[in-house]
Amino acid sequence: MTAQTVAGAPTAPLLDFDDAVAAYEPVFGLETHVELSTRSKMFCGCATTFGAEPNTQVCPVCLGLPGSLPVANRAAVEATIRIGLALHCTIAPWCRFARKNYFYPDMPKNFQISQYDEPLCTDGYLDVEVDDRVFRIGIERVHLEEDTGKSLHVGGATGRIHGADYSLVDYNRAGIPLVEIVTKPVTGTGRLAPAVARAYVTELREVMRALGVSDVRMEQGSLRCDVNLSLHPVGSTTWGTRSETKNVNSLRSVERAVRYEIQRQAAVLHAGGRVVQETRHFHEDSGVTTPGRSKEQAEDYRYFPEPDLVPLAPDAAWVEELRATLPELPLDRRRRLRDAWGVSATEMQAALNAGAVDLIEATVAAGAPPRDAYKWWMGELARRANESGRELAELPITPADVAALCELVASGRLTDKLARDVLDGVLAGEGTPHEVVAARGLEVVSDDAALQRAVDDAIAAHPDVAEKIRGGKVAAAGVLVGAVMKSTGGRADAAKVRDLILRTLGTNS
Amino acid sequence: MNELIRRTAAELAAAIARGEVSAEEVTRAHLERIAAVDGTIHAFLHVDGDGALAAARAVDAKRAAGEPLGPLAGVPLALKDVFTTKGMPTTCGSRILQGWIPPYDATVVRKLRDADIVILGKTNMDEFAMGSSTENSAYGPTRNPWDTSRIPGGSSGGSAAAVAAFEAPLAIGTDTGGSIRQPAAVTGIVGTKPTYGGVSRYGLVAFSSSLDQAGPFARTVLDAALLHAAIAGHDPKDSTSIDAPVPDVVAAARHGDVRGMRIGVVKELDGEGYDPGVRRCFRDAVELLAALGADVGEVSCPHFDYALAAYYLIAPSECSSNLARFDAMRYGLRIGDDGTRSAEEVMALTRAAGFGAEVKRRIMIGTYALSSGYYDAYYGSAQKVRTLICRDFEAAFQRFDVLVSPTTPTTAFPLGERVDDPLKMYLADLDTIPTNLAGNAAMSVPIGRSPDDGLPVGLQIMAPAMADDRLYRVGSALEAAYRERHGRLLIDELATASAEEGR
Ligand SMILES: [Zn+2]
Repeated sequence: MTAQTVAGAPTAPLLDFDDAVAAYEPVFGLETHVELSTRSKMFCGCATTFGAEPNTQVCPVCLGLPGSLPVANRAAVEATIRIGLALHCTIAPWCRFARKNYFYPDMPKNFQISQYDEPLCTDGYLDVEVDDRVFRIGIERVHLEEDTGKSLHVGGATGRIHGADYSLVDYNRAGIPLVEIVTKPVTGTGRLAPAVARAYVTELREVMRALGVSDVRMEQGSLRCDVNLSLHPVGSTTWGTRSETKNVNSLRSVERAVRYEIQRQAAVLHAGGRVVQETRHFHEDSGVTTPGRSKEQAEDYRYFPEPDLVPLAPDAAWVEELRATLPELPLDRRRRLRDAWGVSATEMQAALNAGAVDLIEATVAAGAPPRDAYKWWMGELARRANESGRELAELPITPADVAALCELVASGRLTDKLARDVLDGVLAGEGTPHEVVAARGLEVVSDDAALQRAVDDAIAAHPDVAEKIRGGKVAAAGVLVGAVMKSTGGRADAAKVRDLILRTLGTNS
Repeated sequence: MNELIRRTAAELAAAIARGEVSAEEVTRAHLERIAAVDGTIHAFLHVDGDGALAAARAVDAKRAAGEPLGPLAGVPLALKDVFTTKGMPTTCGSRILQGWIPPYDATVVRKLRDADIVILGKTNMDEFAMGSSTENSAYGPTRNPWDTSRIPGGSSGGSAAAVAAFEAPLAIGTDTGGSIRQPAAVTGIVGTKPTYGGVSRYGLVAFSSSLDQAGPFARTVLDAALLHAAIAGHDPKDSTSIDAPVPDVVAAARHGDVRGMRIGVVKELDGEGYDPGVRRCFRDAVELLAALGADVGEVSCPHFDYALAAYYLIAPSECSSNLARFDAMRYGLRIGDDGTRSAEEVMALTRAAGFGAEVKRRIMIGTYALSSGYYDAYYGSAQKVRTLICRDFEAAFQRFDVLVSPTTPTTAFPLGERVDDPLKMYLADLDTIPTNLAGNAAMSVPIGRSPDDGLPVGLQIMAPAMADDRLYRVGSALEAAYRERHGRLLIDELATASAEEGR
């Protein structure tokens, strides 16, 4: 086994990944924070629009001014219950908010309204697929809380509060509803641990999207993860000491952070050391984690029931009403579509990653054969989206347009090549495929008389070639086909032209 | 003494409505009274003369235009400095909020303004409502108008003293453990702690969220009822506010009649530690109630003995969290921000300099009580006691319509007597705390002067939650009986005394 170090980062020795998972079994857990996309904040009426001028979406309540009081946002409670139901959780018939007390300048009240020992949703699961295997990830709890403000530390080297010249705080984010989803410890994933962790967050994101409760834009911080991980020797039944890695804010980072912690902790254990129970920070740029607070320095949050809010008591009828609003779950849907479209799990995964599943489904609904719809979106259109650095959904073409294109090709009115030209027209904003065909005159020449004239002209222009064909050199027909295609501007069906040439020259065999 | 300041709020409102006197004249009379006596009493931290006169003139204009006026339109009021007032300083009696001008009105303040009540200014209080003597104010103590060497009670001592000293006919206070009832008792006036959730807490700077409640001070039971009705009612901005009709306290105050009412005397709220004079007055009042036709009996509430201990865990716990926001970051005092210190250091220096000793003591007690490993033993146990006290009340209210006790074990004590003995200070709230823990309604009404020292004594009436009207029925009956027996109210004796002094 070999130990490595990461250049340019505070150097923690790492064990080779394959060696690490050969010797140690990882147990991990994920705490995911999802910002809900409610119109107003968790405990006041302020707007939640992302990217507004700093401190313009604030009021006495979310600034924590003396005398102000919180009032729970019903829409946020509903969204949380729906998340809980989608994750197969039990919804508490009675629960309370709690205060989590700690001092920090971006916390307006110096306590956060959260939930502690009485979460709204408990004990569920989420199935995820990795390498055609299904992993059932247990959900410990789903609870509702408020977000903090956002600090900007100016000056200093690290962008952290220590060493900064001064700090600015934007309270627009303070009080935005935040749902925390905590998994049970995930065991038995072995070398797939990083991939399973990533697949879980991906699937969770899909669930949030399907529910329509969050924008789940990781780059805007509307989905953030903490990763807990411990290792124990393969065969041992006692789990090791865990680290908690904060600030893991992209799907790729989730995978990297799990992988890194496996390698780092394995190196510690391999060298005969002990893993320290601590909070660690993940660095997006270098992909490493560095130590933060240790257990001894851990804060005592002095949780107690929030006296300014009445208990939440969702009655059974309301919960059932909300259950009735649940959409088909993303994994179920993908399995159903896979069968309907006749694509493999890998192809479906590719469509999911490309954000094409909805588009393909809508195209099929508009009448296109599934394979054709898949082919256009995942082929030509994916390539163009990629080239222009856009998401598929951002291309100026609708599923109805793609379905029309498929129909034009299937009916023989467009060749594949012409269809690509039509696509250019549609993407250039020239209209629907039919409008582009008409305007650019791209339709296949289907008038037999006109095609016959073009064939006759070509034969007349190349008497030597015609002679060869008559003499049995059928392969020479290619030259005449080329000539006809040229004279029709590519709007003829090449196979049909070839037939016509051979028939005209009496060599139809 | 201008005759106007001796009149009740109900009389003033009627006179203004009839055009016998203008709201402006009434306000001027009270501002003059404040100028004359508040140098001694120190009931006010901030007098808003211009704002008060403008509000009074607006009432006069409304009347001139023939617009309808509310039952307290044009009546001046003193507001405890614990409510946020847009554009007017709000200090909570603390140095840490010095200079803070809130950008919004508390719901109580909005309701006062909507009722055309004239806010004269903000009154002195124990810092963040923690205390029973108003000596814990960062801005100096308030004096009791009956004897200026004595305390006016607390924490709403400024509001009580303002009403007792005829600086205002009405005042608003807050009551977390007795902070309306105890000052009312020791200054000889009426004070009510409404049912928890009966009056919005939005804009009331929190001491202990599950106990705090705003309520009225007045010199008569009817005036208190009119003010109670003006500030009560559901507020969507306060989740703990009760969404139900307000009991008709005004009708109850107008029809004081205790015939057939079952009144329970709480056995545990008497005995050792009570002044003989207070006990004597209380006994007389209970006999009077029986004579008026009430069905009087004794009731035991055994867990009341643990109320004080439970209160001094719950209230500090909540306060340690509520007061965390005073950190120098966004408003109020900021100490040590010289460019070399970290945010944490500035927070610590500001809190060390900005909070007084009693506030610090309670923050420390509360922080300790909520700490992991101690939570169950302290905060958890206190909540259990709270539940037991609620059950005691429930059982007692099965047998009785209201319960009664002395409001406080002693009359007003001398300034300085208990400042260095917090435990003795805490005993002033012995009788009043159980009601806060249970969330019920209670009132203190004056019942006479102690034969020991001639100082006012109050009787506490306790009613179940949302039965606040019963307080006013009993209070009004006692008040009428006192008037009948003495030809005047207790507080009128003070008016006469001070008129003679001023001559
Ligand atoms: Zn807000």
